[in-house]
Amino acid sequence: MADTATTLPPARSQPRLDPRGVLTRYGAWVALALLILFNLAFTPNFATWQTLNVNLTQVCSIVIVGVGMTLVIATGGIDLSVGSLMAIAGALAPLIFLGNLFPLPHPYVGIALAFVVPVLVAGAFGWFNGWLITRLRIQPIIATLVLFIAGRGIAQVMTNGNLQVFKVPEFQYIGLGRLFGLPFQAVLMVVIVLAAAWMLKRTVFGRQILAVGGNERAARLSGIPVVSVKRRVYMISGLLSGIAGLIVIARNSAADANLVGLGMELDAIAAVAVGGTLLTGGRATVIGTLVGALIIQLVRYTLLANGVPDAAALIAKAAIIVLAVWVQRQGRS
Amino acid sequence: MTPLLSMREIDKRFAGVPALVSASLEVGRGEVHALIGQNGAGKSTMIKILTGYYTKDAGEILFDGRPVEFSSPQDAQRSGISTIYQEINLVPYRSVTENICLGRERRRFGLLDWRAMHAEAEALLARFDIHIDVRRPLMAYPTAVQQMVAIARAIGFEARLVIMDEPTSSLDEKEVEVLFDVIRQLKQVGVSVIFVSHKLDELYAVCDRITIMRDGRTVRVAEMSELSKLDLITAMLGRELDRVLHDAAAHRAAAASQDALLKVAHLAVGRKVRDVSFDIRPGEIVGLAGLLGSGRTESARVVFGADRAEAGTVDFGSVHEPAAEPAEAIRAGMGFLSEDRKLEGIIPDMSVRENLILALMPQLARRGIVDDARSREIVDRFIQRLGIRCSGPEQPIRELSGGNQQKVLLARWLCMNPRLLILDEPTRGIDVGAKAEILNLVRELAGQGLGVLMISSELEEVVEAASRIFVLRDGRSVAELTGDQVSEQAVMAAMAHGHDQPEEMAHG
Repeated sequence: MADTATTLPPARSQPRLDPRGVLTRYGAWVALALLILFNLAFTPNFATWQTLNVNLTQVCSIVIVGVGMTLVIATGGIDLSVGSLMAIAGALAPLIFLGNLFPLPHPYVGIALAFVVPVLVAGAFGWFNGWLITRLRIQPIIATLVLFIAGRGIAQVMTNGNLQVFKVPEFQYIGLGRLFGLPFQAVLMVVIVLAAAWMLKRTVFGRQILAVGGNERAARLSGIPVVSVKRRVYMISGLLSGIAGLIVIARNSAADANLVGLGMELDAIAAVAVGGTLLTGGRATVIGTLVGALIIQLVRYTLLANGVPDAAALIAKAAIIVLAVWVQRQGRS
Repeated sequence: MTPLLSMREIDKRFAGVPALVSASLEVGRGEVHALIGQNGAGKSTMIKILTGYYTKDAGEILFDGRPVEFSSPQDAQRSGISTIYQEINLVPYRSVTENICLGRERRRFGLLDWRAMHAEAEALLARFDIHIDVRRPLMAYPTAVQQMVAIARAIGFEARLVIMDEPTSSLDEKEVEVLFDVIRQLKQVGVSVIFVSHKLDELYAVCDRITIMRDGRTVRVAEMSELSKLDLITAMLGRELDRVLHDAAAHRAAAASQDALLKVAHLAVGRKVRDVSFDIRPGEIVGLAGLLGSGRTESARVVFGADRAEAGTVDFGSVHEPAAEPAEAIRAGMGFLSEDRKLEGIIPDMSVRENLILALMPQLARRGIVDDARSREIVDRFIQRLGIRCSGPEQPIRELSGGNQQKVLLARWLCMNPRLLILDEPTRGIDVGAKAEILNLVRELAGQGLGVLMISSELEEVVEAASRIFVLRDGRSVAELTGDQVSEQAVMAAMAHGHDQPEEMAHG
């Protein structure tokens, strides 16, 4: 992948192509291309705006959360709390713009705050994850399990467990609006993916993320601020979860603390794994995560469009994950 | 009788770079065969091809007269070729028995027969004169014992050929003797041994024949008894040893009268460091000597901020207390080469370039964005200056030999222009040639004003390089040796008995 942010820039000196290497490096792209070709040939009405929009809107929130997850996994960690943080952001936003939390001087103030505050709150919770991991030295899977469990509880307490239904077009632009004929959320997704891929590849922070994941002790002895790198990464994961939470409630015109972001952590991890990021840290590709999420989504769509029930699609999804991780392992040996 | 092992005209390339060129190796039955060469000479590649870890590009391997090609180290092991690696490939959390019987557990009625396995483990270790509780976890024992367990495990497989890759690197003298006894015992029952080591005395003590490799070729095969040390080193390096034994007197005198660059007083941390004091002047190489466990490494780590001090002061420039984090020490102008290259040095997935500029990166960046062009310039310069052998700056560092990895890590600090460099076992697991190169470089840098704190288990090396030596014993500094006092005998005497005036140096 030309824009893969692994620690190895594309080899300049070795024009030789080794088929196994090609498969592991470009496997995800090949799979995506095959899926598209298959659909073009067999699925009726595949090459339409409608299909594109449906698939993009389905995949946006997974990709946005997956970007944060990629960064977290690149440091050798994991974030299980993303779905719960989506629920918190999703519960908080309507409370703000409906004026249930505090009186609003003007509706637009409420809408502006409804974008900013929930995302920042989710980011703060993400930072808290990082604090648990770096200060109390709790393993990431346990530390983020805390908010995985408590986060949804917090969201339900905030709303008394009520479903919040609303119709506020200005706010819902983030989930329903269009920019240049494309869903706004898809544009947002692409911007986030490109920004993160660039950050991982070109900036000191990005390289330090990979150094921490590649060998934490060596990174620390080289003066890399390991603690701050980790806290920032979990905070980014929180912020992105917050944005994804807003998109989901805007799309549904309703916020249900029980459902927003349910199972998201696993979808995001699956996208990261299929995309080619090393789950032990040190090697990561944000673009890969995008491709991974697209593959999972497209397989599901393909099966549904061809009359296979959703339950069977889940099995197909699992099979893809196994296949992707297996292909990656081939490249490691 | 045919030789037990015969590898002929082996070729191997990695990404187009030749690692082995028509290399050969022949080991007789019941023979202890030395395999030696500089890092990158192809020893490890040769062994990995033999054991099926790599596949060869060309050539043939005959084992017991029959052509073989093993598909994996396990496959080789089933055929009677066991390998003991430098690193201990065992499971530290499990019991000694479990480690020894791993992969060939005894079963009885479908359940594990613990009694039989414990008995087997004990019997096996008894051959090595090790009597320990095999029910306890492996990590409860010192590294040296763990290494012996690894050896016992390998030989327990009724091996016909045992490959020992630097088996003595973490053993003390007595354990080395035990190992040699084991090797002689193996020889008697007809087991052959390939012995890889950089310690020449060991080779002469235990080996029958020797194969010397250089640049991927076999350059010399000889009876050990007919080869002089000088011939051996010459064959290995391919040139005369002109500057290897460099006269250190020049810079010993130079650093005499300056103010201290680093001053450490009454340092204490945990049980290993109780009262350590020493100082370094600019341009001076100071040795920190002591037996294993005397607190050498632990003291250095505290100075660098890698561990927290419980008491004591560290004066370095404007800083007057021990650094809280390595980042702080680095900002003040320190560098630290860890003794464990793999665990604390390299980032294996990253390239030579990124490993080299790891510490420098923030300074190379403009507004947080890495300046790749500038980084390449710097990296190219250091690759050339230190003679780092790699296919290019973008080659993953894990593909480099140990000596070249070490040079990259040294360059990681040199490119920072430090005022003080702490070298913890800078030549561990490195061949004679690279060793001399690194030591010469350190001297040259000291000549330009760099202060160096050097820790090494090789007394000879410290004595040769350092102008002053502080000797530690049981976590306390017990002697300071200067000028004419610096000799191996003096250091050993201090290690053993301490100095008669330890008070004086605590303030010096």
